[in-house]
Parts: sequence; C-alpha cells; structure tokens
Amino acid sequence: MRFLFDKNTWQEIYGSISKNKVRTIITVVGVLWGIFIYITLAGAAKGMDHGFEKAFETIARNSLFVWAQSTSMPHEGFKTGRSIQLKVGDTNALRNKIPELQYIAPINVKGAFGDSAATAVHVDKSGSYTVWGFFPVYAKIATKKIYDNGRFINKEDMLQARKVCVIGERTQQELFDKNEDPLGKYIRIDNVYFQVVGVHKFSQSMPFETDGDIIIPFATYKKLYNTGNNIAFFSLAAYDAADAVAVEKKIKDVLKNVHRVHPEDERAFGSVNIGEIFNQIMGFAEGISFLSLIVGLATILGGVIGIGNILLISVKERTKELGVRRALGATPREVRALIIMESVFLTLVAGVIGIILGAGVLALINALTEDIDFPYSNPTVPIPYVLGALLVMVILGTLIGLIPAQRAVSIKPIDALREE
Amino acid sequence: MIEIKDLHKSYTMGSNVLHVLKGINFKAEDGELVAIMGSSGSGKSTLLNILGMLDEADSGEYTLDGVPIRDLTETKAAKYRNKFLGFVFQSFNLINYKNALENVALPLYYQRMPRKERHDKAMKYLEQVGLKEWAHHLPSELSGGQKQRVAIARAMAAEPKLLLADEPTGALDSTTSYEVMDLIQKINDAGNTILVVTHEEDIAHMCKRIIHLRDGVIVKDEKVEQVRASAYV
Ligand SMILES: Nc1ncnc2c1ncn2[C@@H]1O[C@H](COP(=O)(O)OP(=O)(O)O)[C@@H](O)[C@H]1O
Ligand SMILES: [Mg+2]
Repeated sequence: MRFLFDKNTWQEIYGSISKNKVRTIITVVGVLWGIFIYITLAGAAKGMDHGFEKAFETIARNSLFVWAQSTSMPHEGFKTGRSIQLKVGDTNALRNKIPELQYIAPINVKGAFGDSAATAVHVDKSGSYTVWGFFPVYAKIATKKIYDNGRFINKEDMLQARKVCVIGERTQQELFDKNEDPLGKYIRIDNVYFQVVGVHKFSQSMPFETDGDIIIPFATYKKLYNTGNNIAFFSLAAYDAADAVAVEKKIKDVLKNVHRVHPEDERAFGSVNIGEIFNQIMGFAEGISFLSLIVGLATILGGVIGIGNILLISVKERTKELGVRRALGATPREVRALIIMESVFLTLVAGVIGIILGAGVLALINALTEDIDFPYSNPTVPIPYVLGALLVMVILGTLIGLIPAQRAVSIKPIDALREE
Repeated sequence: MIEIKDLHKSYTMGSNVLHVLKGINFKAEDGELVAIMGSSGSGKSTLLNILGMLDEADSGEYTLDGVPIRDLTETKAAKYRNKFLGFVFQSFNLINYKNALENVALPLYYQRMPRKERHDKAMKYLEQVGLKEWAHHLPSELSGGQKQRVAIARAMAAEPKLLLADEPTGALDSTTSYEVMDLIQKINDAGNTILVVTHEEDIAHMCKRIIHLRDGVIVKDEKVEQVRASAYV
C-alpha cells in the first residue's frame, strides 16, 4: 500500500499515461461517456422529481376532492338517476367515521362549473369572477400565498359571516389601479360590499382554479347566495401516513350511507385523488431514476471493460518495455501495480471529466427549462451517488486492470526482451 | 567477482531438445574486462542471460560477489538485477516515450530513489557519456551510437557490480563501435567488471581476456593485449 502514496509511483504512471496520448484518450472516452450518461440521466430524473414535487407543493399530498352526481342504481325505493346534494352536515359524519382525515373543507363556488360568474365592481372598474366560499381550514389543504400585509379568511370571519374577501392577482390588476393598495378597500360583489383583506398569489391546486377569483368566508357565501346547507364539493386531506386510495373509498362509503345510495353505486359520487396521482407520478419518477442507474452502470461497466481491453492490447505492445523495466529491477509486483494503477487512474480521470461534463449539461438543461412550464427543476445528483459511482469505477478499474497486469508478468523477462 | 561451475542449459522445442550450454566453468575477478566470443548460435547470449538472472540454468552453480545465486523467485531476481547488474543490449532497449534522462533514471526509480536525486544522478552519468546536451531528447531523436551511450549510462547509473553487454556494437558502424568500446574501456579503467559478448575479433581484442565458446563448452580462455579503442576514434 505504501507505493500508493509514493510520489514517484504517480510520476511514473503519469509519465506512461501522458506520453501515450492517443491510447489514453481512446481509453478514457468509453468510461467518460458512461459516467456522463449516468450523471445526466440520474440528474435529469432528479430534476423531474423536483419538478413534480414543485408542481404539488401548494397542495397537501394526501388530499382529494369529492363531489356528488346522480345515482346509477335504485336503492331503498329511490329510482335510478336521483341527483344527490352534499350537505354541510356530511362533514360531521365524515369526521366521526374516518379518523384518518386531518382536514375537511366544504366548498361552495359560483362561476366555476358553467354557471354564471359573479360581477365585481370597484369604483369605475368591473369584471366577472369565480367566487369561492371557503372554510379557513382550506388554507391547510391548499396553501395560498398571501401578499404583504394581507391575510386569509379566518374563524372570526366565519362566525360573524363578515363581508370580507381575498382576491386573486388578476382580480386585483383588473379592479384596482396599478399603485393602489387594495387592502381595506371595498368591492361590490353581486351588489354587496366586501372589504378586501388579502391578495393571494395564484397557484393551481384545483383544476378549475384561475388567477382571477374571489374568496369569501363560507358562512358569508351561504347568506349571499342563499345556499342553505348545500355545498358544491368537499376538499379533504388525510394524514400523511394514510393510504390515499383506502381513505377515498371510506369517504364514499360514508357518503353513500348518509345519502342512502346503493353501496355498489360507483357513479353517485365523483372524486379526484391527488394523493393517488402524486404517488403514481412519483413512482414514475422513481422508475426513471432506477432506469438511469441501470443504464448508467451498464455504460460505465462497458467503458471499464473497454479500458481493460485497451490495456490488454497495450500490455502486449509494451511487452518489450515491461521486459526492460524488469531487467532494470522492476519486481512482478511493481509491474502489476503499474498496470493496475494506470487502469484505475484512467478510469478515475475519465470519471471525473464525465461527472463535470454531466453536471454542465444538467445546468444547461436547467437554465433552458427555467422559464417554461415543464416539470423540471434543480436537477442534482446526490453526492453519495457521485462518490458511489467513483468508488465503483475504482473497484472496476482495479479488477479489470488485474487481467492485463497478470498477463504482463506471466511472460519471462528474457522472453519479453526478445519480443520485437 | 563471478564464479560458475558446470553450468548446463537446454531448450526444449516440441520433441527436440537443444543442449546449448554443456558444462561451463568460468571465473572472473574484480575489474576484469572479458569478451565472450563464438559463432552465431553458440550460446553466448544464453550464458550472459543466465549470468544476468534474466534466464535460469538447468543445473550448475553460480556465485556473484560471494553470494550464491540459486532458488531465484522472479522478485528476488529483480532485486539482484537492480542491485548488482547493469545491462547493455544490441538493440539498445531504451523506452521510446521516455527521454534520455528519464531512461537513465529508471533503474534508480526501482531503487526507490527520490525524483530529484534520481535526476541529478542520471544527469551525472549522461554527462560522463558525453550526452548532457541530449538529456531531454527522445531516443528517436538520437543516433545509434548516442542511443547505446544512453543505454550504457543507464546501466551504470545503478552502480552495478557487474556490467553485461550483449553485442553492444552489433548494430553500429565501425567508427561508432569504437566510440562505444572506448567508453566501455574507460568504465573498466575505473575498476568496473564487464562482460562483453561479441562475434567480432577487433571488438574482442579491445577487452583484456577472451573466452571462446563452441558447441556449448569453453574451448579457449586467453588473456590478450588490450587494444585501446581511442587509437581509432
Ligand atoms: N528461448 C529459446 N528457445 C529455444 N531455443 C533458443 C532460445 N534461446 C536461444 N535458443 C537457441 O539456442 C542457441 C543459442 O542461442 P544464443 O545464446 O542466442 O546464441 P548466440 O547469442 O551465441 O548467437 C541457438 O541455437 C538458439 O536458436
Ligand atoms: Mg546472441
């Protein structure tokens, strides 16, 4: 092992490598390509991973939406085709029967599903906007980033059915002057005055959300539009540990029971399960990660075998040189070490260059995709992966070097010297 | 310095056995300059390679500087070669991608001498063979005579007890041959023991003693009046 730390050894190896440039370059290219592929693929997979995570960052991972439709089976004397109406009271049934649920937010909305939107007016400006009736807890399921000094609707707003609203970015732009602070100002929504308490940054957490909407307390919505105990749909979030699919089924079972729907009626309630979608996408991203690992390792292996091959040829070409070295006093061990270290050194140099090039390409892709709507961000390859790849290369380089190294000393020095 | 007794060597090729050395007995003292002569195929190189521990005898005794040489592993042989022996070959055997200085320094590397020291010493020996200015040239940029002088410097750099030269002038024209012999004589003058294999009479007579090999035995062993190569240079 001592020779590993001997400067002379490395000078000797560097000498033989740097003076056989063509051989060195050809040798290096195979492994370089392998590690480059590996780093680029693994990094890109990670980037996609991050991209998907980012796409989901404004909504609870284990969340889902449930709404009512109409029945497709007769049950308890009701005919097929009865439309079901979700009620505020369903909340308690869900909360009591499904302990896995962390948050339950009944939601009402006007202007999202083909019905006419609300008209909002501020001084001389007006527009049509979707109006949401939210419980404050909704903010726990889908994060709403509120701009400076504003706030989301809170408990007090609910209890007193305050006429306050949180407006979207576009709503602000359309109803207010550029330099006007909307906070504390009043807008007229379907002829009722509401005070603006916050402006939220647009983030898509439901498919039908837009940047131009108005959020008011659920209780106020009920009064404004006279919805009684009716609700449009539920937004729910389960605890992280819960199984999204199982929770979804439980929710539907409870609702079927409450609304006297046939237990096997699959059409009575609709749902979108974010948790399930998220898991599928992440599974896909993981698959890509794994694939890139396999492809990368296979390519590296191919490259290292290439190095072994070229070293084998080079050992044959250098038979005489190695014979001379042995005549001058190189022991078989020293000759073997020279060949193995050349192999390891070449593998490592190739690896490091490959990693640098791969990182460069990743940075380039990141820069190019930054401004477009593509689930790709911050592509990185975890340091342990990189170190692991380097370690694998050192080990493979050593193993593959053993063959030509053994070949180099298997021939007697006198026969090596006689070689032409 | 060296003593060999009843040395035998044969080569087997298929079913043919070629008995090359059939009982060689021979002794050389410190400071001798011995020529080994004989026709082509007479076993000169075989003998020299056995003395140089590049090859092994089938039987017989070999003592080098009082050390009995036997049961050699390749590692042990390598260490002896490094410590005791210097080689000069007909075809120079320089490493083509190393410059003259690096070639001369190579045996010192295997002695684990630090780089700086190694290079200083190599430079000293290159200077002795008159090639200091050529230190950083590759072998391909040198003439045949220069290459052989680099090879001699390399052989001497390790300060061996015994210098073995197998047809050192075999690839050179006569003027260059004499230059090389002049160098060998000077090294011998300094007290080094040298064996030179040759089949050329004039080269042999530049040594102090000639051993004639024929049919695997020494047929004649004579002291000669040394012809100084400098007379021809
Ligand atoms: N490795 C070998 N295998 C078989 N025959 C050999 C080998 N080396 C030398 N010989 C034979 O042994 C004989 C002596 O060779 P060598 O010592 O090289 O002669 P010289 O140097 O005197 O010309 C020659 O006939 C040669 O062909
Ligand atoms: Mg010969």
